[in-house]
Amino acid sequence: MDFQRSDDQRALQEGIRAFCDGRVSLEALRALEEKFDRALWGELAEMGVFALRQPESRGGVGLGMADAVLVFSELGRRLVPGPLAWTHLLADRIDGAGSGETVVGGVDALDPRGGPVLVEHPGALDALVVLRADGVFRVDPKALRTEPIEIPLDPHTPVARVVELPRGERIGSADDARRLRLEGSVLASAQLLGVAEMSQELATAYARGREQFGRPIGSFQAIKHILADAFVRQELARAAVYAAGATLDQPEVGSAERAAAAARIAAGEAALKNARACVQVHGGMGYTWEIPAHYYLKRAIVLENAFGSGEEQSERMAELLQA
Amino acid sequence: MDLRDSPSDEKFRRELRSWLAAAVPAHGRPPVAESDWSARREYDVAWQRKLFDAGYAGINWPKEYGGRDASLTEQLVYYEEIARARAPYVGVNFVGLLHGGPTIMAEGTPEQKARHIGPIIRGEQVWCQGFSEPGAGSDLASLKTRAERDGDCYVVSGHKIWTSFAQVADYCELLVRTDPNAPKHRGITWLAMPMDLPGIEIRPLPTLMGSGEFSEVFLESVRVPVECRVGAENDGWRVTNVTLSFERGTAFASDMVMLQQSVRDLAELARKVTRGDASAWEDRGLRREIGHLAAELDALWAMVKYTVSEVGKTGVPPMTGSCIKLYYSELKQRLGELGLRLLGRAALSRDDVAGLPAGSVVYSALQSLSLTIAAGSSQIQRNIISERILQLPREPR
Repeated sequence: MDFQRSDDQRALQEGIRAFCDGRVSLEALRALEEKFDRALWGELAEMGVFALRQPESRGGVGLGMADAVLVFSELGRRLVPGPLAWTHLLADRIDGAGSGETVVGGVDALDPRGGPVLVEHPGALDALVVLRADGVFRVDPKALRTEPIEIPLDPHTPVARVVELPRGERIGSADDARRLRLEGSVLASAQLLGVAEMSQELATAYARGREQFGRPIGSFQAIKHILADAFVRQELARAAVYAAGATLDQPEVGSAERAAAAARIAAGEAALKNARACVQVHGGMGYTWEIPAHYYLKRAIVLENAFGSGEEQSERMAELLQA
Repeated sequence: MDLRDSPSDEKFRRELRSWLAAAVPAHGRPPVAESDWSARREYDVAWQRKLFDAGYAGINWPKEYGGRDASLTEQLVYYEEIARARAPYVGVNFVGLLHGGPTIMAEGTPEQKARHIGPIIRGEQVWCQGFSEPGAGSDLASLKTRAERDGDCYVVSGHKIWTSFAQVADYCELLVRTDPNAPKHRGITWLAMPMDLPGIEIRPLPTLMGSGEFSEVFLESVRVPVECRVGAENDGWRVTNVTLSFERGTAFASDMVMLQQSVRDLAELARKVTRGDASAWEDRGLRREIGHLAAELDALWAMVKYTVSEVGKTGVPPMTGSCIKLYYSELKQRLGELGLRLLGRAALSRDDVAGLPAGSVVYSALQSLSLTIAAGSSQIQRNIISERILQLPREPR
């Protein structure tokens, strides 16, 4: 067992981090509210984000899920917007997805929860896939009847309500649909890990600098312990997400479904709780639009509802205990 | 990232598993009465001897001291298999194997090594720990037990508390104050005190479990030979901390594997108890809670593997040891609470009742309360994480 990142994996992750730090800074993110940046999408494609797991013959890098989770956690750290996981997942089935020319979004009709069907980034999509019990279907986004939603929760994740979802063309089997959903869940968990990490780091940096009662607030145990808990959740999420990535690549080490469930539960909770802690530690400023804590909390809620939910995974985990 | 056993780890696992399959049942059940200390000692040291004879004692001890010197991944395999086989717990050998022995390896004289190391690993010498005092808990360095030099002895007087295994220990790793005028960390000395000296009185300190796990140890003018001192006079704080670098993130590995069994046991219990017309397992909320705990435990186990791999690569003790301890101890308490809720009124019994495992479930729920206090309370762990890892300003000390 060597459950550490290889030198290549570190280099890959650092490359994505450097790119995101430079290209998706807080200022850039502010300017991106309710917009879709196609140029950024092209640059992400050039970095290999979408074709990462495709064979070299398809313009890819031939890597696995263990590598993809490292990349997606970095995208999560900087709240890189767009249907990243869907485009990445469909890179081998939809032409132009890997190269960034085709922006692919999706609807997860395997989600056991009822309620309205919301599609993310409706205005940006060139292709749409639907995961159903009987397979993977491709739908022309123009054929989709939607109702606009004026104010999305997350200013970087516009949504529309799907009124009528055409059946579309079948491009994958029922097993493919389940596999894509599993991989999508792990990628969302990786993004949640990034959200958890950055929420903690922003809060900690603020606690070091902000003074009240003549001392940095980070010197008070009441604040310290919030941040210590945030750090622990983040590291727990990291281990679970990396383990899920590795287990999807090496099925002989354990149940992929179980690893994915643990990753989602640990990362979802870490992101939601750390983002809330980030608001709290920032005090009154944390409640303003200016401080990015709310961006992190809102994205955590979006991602927690992508490819299932923590609730669904808890139940699945209980069923898997019997296995 | 590779979670697979290496061929050598797999071979180690196979051999250990087959040895345990025969050795564990042959060793029989531990003594029923927790207060029967001599029976407990006999049972625990006999198991230690069997481990030694089979080459599995001192799994992380260097070969020159009779240990196995196993790699970190082998150690993880060891703890997994020990727990899976429900092998006897390290028991009365805990302090000697995990703290006293390693301290003497690092700081002892050749004579001290000869006197203690071999006997500890063979299960012939039992140790207890005399660190905490009524006035020195989390702030251990404020300890007051006095030792004054008189010829070739230290004359020791004071009061130690939370001393496990004192009734059956041959030696006590004792921290004493030799210089009351020095700053508190600089006037402490580490002694290997024989427990049969005159002036040592042991009084049981029943826990909230009602058991006699702990004792108080009263020392009145106990004459401890100077040759029992490990390290220099007044250098005891450093001597104590040297062994902390032995910790490599595997401390709770066995307990975690056992906890995975406890989660499955809770699922089993949920199927036995009823809520209305159906079993509690049919209650979706309760089922999710069990699944959630199982997921957290899987995540924690992944964190242990991650930490162990990291240490294997860097050789540096992990910063995340405190994180694992903190999360593990609080998770075990939440499991205990859920167990009590599932039992409902059956939890009013400390014995199994009506086919329900109240004995073990209530035991775990109560026992888990000690985990967030012992070996650095959760509050101290959070201070450590926020100061050493997150670099927040230090608490006054």
